[in-house]
Amino acid sequence: MRKEFSTYIEKIATQQQDIVFITGDLGYNALENLADAMGNRFINAGVAEQNMIGVAAGMAYKGYKVICYSIAPFVVYRCLEQVRNDVCFHNLPVYIVGNGGGYGYGIMGSSHHCIEDIACFSGLPNMKCYVPAFVEDLDACLTDMFDRKKPAYLRLGLGKNRPDFLLPTPFGAASKLSAHSGLTIVAQSPVANNIVAALAGNSNQHCVDLFIIDHMPFTTLPDTLAQSIQNSSNVLVIEEHIATGGLGQALSTLIHTTSLPVHRYVHLFAAGYPDGLYGSQSFHQQVSRLDENSISQTINSFFQPL
Amino acid sequence: MVLSEKEHINLQGNLRLKILGLHHSAGSGHIGCSLSCIDIMISILRYKNAQDSFILSKGHAATALYSILNELGDIPNEDMSTFYKNRTTLPAHPAPGKYAAIPFATGSLGHGLPIASGIATANKLSGSTAISYVLMSDGETNEGTTWEAAHFAVANKLDNLLVIIDKNGLQGFGNTLDILGDTAAIALWQTIGFDVATADGHNVDNLIDTRNTLLAAHNGKPKVIIANTIKGKGVSYMENKMEWHYLPMNESQYEEAVDGIKTKYNL
Repeated sequence: MRKEFSTYIEKIATQQQDIVFITGDLGYNALENLADAMGNRFINAGVAEQNMIGVAAGMAYKGYKVICYSIAPFVVYRCLEQVRNDVCFHNLPVYIVGNGGGYGYGIMGSSHHCIEDIACFSGLPNMKCYVPAFVEDLDACLTDMFDRKKPAYLRLGLGKNRPDFLLPTPFGAASKLSAHSGLTIVAQSPVANNIVAALAGNSNQHCVDLFIIDHMPFTTLPDTLAQSIQNSSNVLVIEEHIATGGLGQALSTLIHTTSLPVHRYVHLFAAGYPDGLYGSQSFHQQVSRLDENSISQTINSFFQPL
Repeated sequence: MVLSEKEHINLQGNLRLKILGLHHSAGSGHIGCSLSCIDIMISILRYKNAQDSFILSKGHAATALYSILNELGDIPNEDMSTFYKNRTTLPAHPAPGKYAAIPFATGSLGHGLPIASGIATANKLSGSTAISYVLMSDGETNEGTTWEAAHFAVANKLDNLLVIIDKNGLQGFGNTLDILGDTAAIALWQTIGFDVATADGHNVDNLIDTRNTLLAAHNGKPKVIIANTIKGKGVSYMENKMEWHYLPMNESQYEEAVDGIKTKYNL
């Protein structure tokens, strides 16, 4: 999604002179267009991410909308206090953009993975996290982010196109609902591509409702999602994020507070590094049962007698 | 209007009494660090232009900030009476979004210089001639963000940034020289590329002159005043004593402190 992201920013930054872009010394072969188009509003802050966030807060205080870019783990974990104290406490329009969320940087290893970012950021005051699943979702996320003019985190991942059967909604995307659904899948992030692939070859696909949630915190249950859970009584949550502080826990809370009847609830999430072994994004998805085959098996388990 | 030396001394004494009064009423600590930097604050906040910004990075000196802002009319008296109490807008470290004169909440060290660098960058970008001031403690220069921001300020030619370091030689749990060494040393800042000057951190006229000399040089270099100070300045039994970072005063200590200030500052 990085290319689509930089294209969008180039366009809006040309129109709006109050937009500043700061990179933590990353963006090779992706952000050169922004450096050319934005002139002195494009700043390389060097390998100094904490300072980058503080500088952004200072600039935002003076009236600028400031994007801070790095790979996701560098701009999340190292900068948490700066994001909380300098940006969120003051409700400033600083937009933190992390590329390669989840296991996106694969074989680069655990230092480059970012599977706790939503847990870190989504509870901060005034913060909204955007986690687009498909390329087509990016525009809506960015438009909302710039319109909102408040602290934001955008997690970028592998960019694939949204399939036709998923229609955009105010909360992300959803498949057409069936009156007699047997399973409600709720998912976040580009791991949704694996769900789409799993459904394509699955005989139970027509009994499944699929909801993609593209923002956190997730505090309001959309009516269509509540109705789907009411109909199916079966819920499968899938996210490339740890179990703590992510979509699964948020949805679980909403289900309990709205007293929806749920017969079976399964959560597939980033398991971390249970075997101490490392590999590609696909490898880590397999370890966490987030790959196409594992998701397909889990879907089938809802349609078999226990 | 620039005050005379005598008027400065009078103000220095009266603001000290205000600080002591706040801590006495609240039974709170952080007295020594506020007495250490109140004279620096007078030299900046009493004389900065309206469009200039000031960040108190050493947020634990909040009573010094509250006292001078109250003196300047930026914090009303009724708010001052709520200091350190429940439902106050004046907690022990400055809170966000309550007063225009306190643009950023601080209290965790190492945040002010990056923010002030961002303000200076924005001022350059918008063509403003405003100055971005930030007051740090010398212990605070232990923080890595100090050095990230210092290099950033030099690289971006922020000669509209003025850092003042309150160098009292004491930090949280000992002498700065005994812990990480002198991270507020002149040579460090010069080597990075700052315009460096030292000043007597308790002489307001000297601080103003130093500030004016530094800011007159539009040479693309950020500025730092390393202000030599005494923690607890003005209260004999607090001076250069680390424990007065933390301790509250009892009744007799408060009376002794007030009497001492009145004598030393001719009040």
